Amino acid sequence: MSNFLSSSIGKKLLMSITGLFLVTFLFIHLSLNALLLVNDGGEMFNAAAHFMATNPIIKIMEPILALGFIIHIFYASLLTLQNQKARGKDRYASGNSTPDVSWASKNMYILGATILAFLVVHIAQFWVKFKITKELTPVHIDIAGVETEVENAYALVNQTFGMLWVVIVYVLGSIGLAWHLSHGFWSGLQTIGFSNTIWRTRWSVIGTIIAWIFGLGFSLIAILQYLFFQS
Amino acid sequence: MEKNINLKLKVWRQDGPKAKGRFETYEVKNISTDSSFLEMMDVLNEQLIQEGKEPVAFDHDCREGICGMCSMYINGHPHGPDEDITTCQLHMRKFKDGETVTIEPWRSAAFPVIKDLMVNRNAFDEIIAAGGYVSVSTGGVPDANSIPIPKEAADEAMDAASCIGCGACVAACKNGSAMLFVSAKVSQLALLPQGKVERARRAKAMVAKMDELGFGNCTNTGACEVECPKGVSITNIARLNREYLMAKFKD
Repeated sequence: MSNFLSSSIGKKLLMSITGLFLVTFLFIHLSLNALLLVNDGGEMFNAAAHFMATNPIIKIMEPILALGFIIHIFYASLLTLQNQKARGKDRYASGNSTPDVSWASKNMYILGATILAFLVVHIAQFWVKFKITKELTPVHIDIAGVETEVENAYALVNQTFGMLWVVIVYVLGSIGLAWHLSHGFWSGLQTIGFSNTIWRTRWSVIGTIIAWIFGLGFSLIAILQYLFFQS
Repeated sequence: MEKNINLKLKVWRQDGPKAKGRFETYEVKNISTDSSFLEMMDVLNEQLIQEGKEPVAFDHDCREGICGMCSMYINGHPHGPDEDITTCQLHMRKFKDGETVTIEPWRSAAFPVIKDLMVNRNAFDEIIAAGGYVSVSTGGVPDANSIPIPKEAADEAMDAASCIGCGACVAACKNGSAMLFVSAKVSQLALLPQGKVERARRAKAMVAKMDELGFGNCTNTGACEVECPKGVSITNIARLNREYLMAKFKD
């Protein structure tokens, strides 16, 4: 097994599996965030946040998610270093003019670093305040006819998105993510070997659509919160 | 229509594998646009010999696009700016009069420079020796069509087998990866009944050798396929991944 994980394809398989796993996480994240656009003073969003904070499955998934990020980043760094070494010390004086190669595919590590930088800001703004410093105030909402005391996550989100610089950072982060996924999604499936002449085109179209659903979705939520949900 | 052009050539000169290389600029005059790039290099070398200088060393053999010997990284492309051709098939009509042409060797840690524009591509031979063959005893020549092979498999195997092992894929790859070459060599055998017998051993041995020789890790940019003189498709890389992963999971 150690032999397998030290092979190039073995390491790439880890990149692929963790990457695709992180995409499924993004789907859940975006669908919950969409509740921020329900005009009910954040009741639905708070109910969803309460469910996520108390659900045992989510408690198990949280460390697995963190592990997914760590493996993805660690192997990305390792592979990038090896690739630079394989390229050699000498660069081409005439550069590289190969047409039809997407910018994203050649700069996945830089795009990944952009997403990581965003992630640090994002975690400091929300996860730390939810879980570590516990800066949330309780609020009473109605969940399926039962009045429940939940933490007012919506208030923090709403207040954070009231700052213009935050919205700009989120839009930039979302675009970086979309770009990363526009290559990453199909590339992950190619690495698993789940591709042929027909599916190659299909995966890259599906990948591009998924990428921009996330890119535009997360951006729009931040922008609309800033423009229309501030009291 | 034929015409003659003058060019300025910026050529990589390196005395030996350990020597420090540098660019030198030469001028060639009255080059026919009907001539090939290698013929132009011959003209340059004639000129250098007449001047009492050392001619430029470059690889070439069949000069008809099937041996894979000619290399050269020309103006940002392996095999120059035309598509689906080797350097010997590159016509001088692709260049403008007075243009400066930069000519470099393949650059990759696994392909060290021997001299000037020649690089050592033994690494590819070592990968083939690791498993790129069929070792079953085939006996005498069987009757044609005695082993049924689906047309699609035959076509795909033939397309993969068109790889001439020139190394343009490695030269074009930002990661110095040999995956297109290895995948073509694995595919041309894995698709056919005679090659299927040893498919698992072959995929494992060839990938292990490729990693050991210091080729990079494929990130699916697709540059190799664009620059490949034979248009070998990166769907072969997906097949190699499948072959390798299935072989490893069976263990």
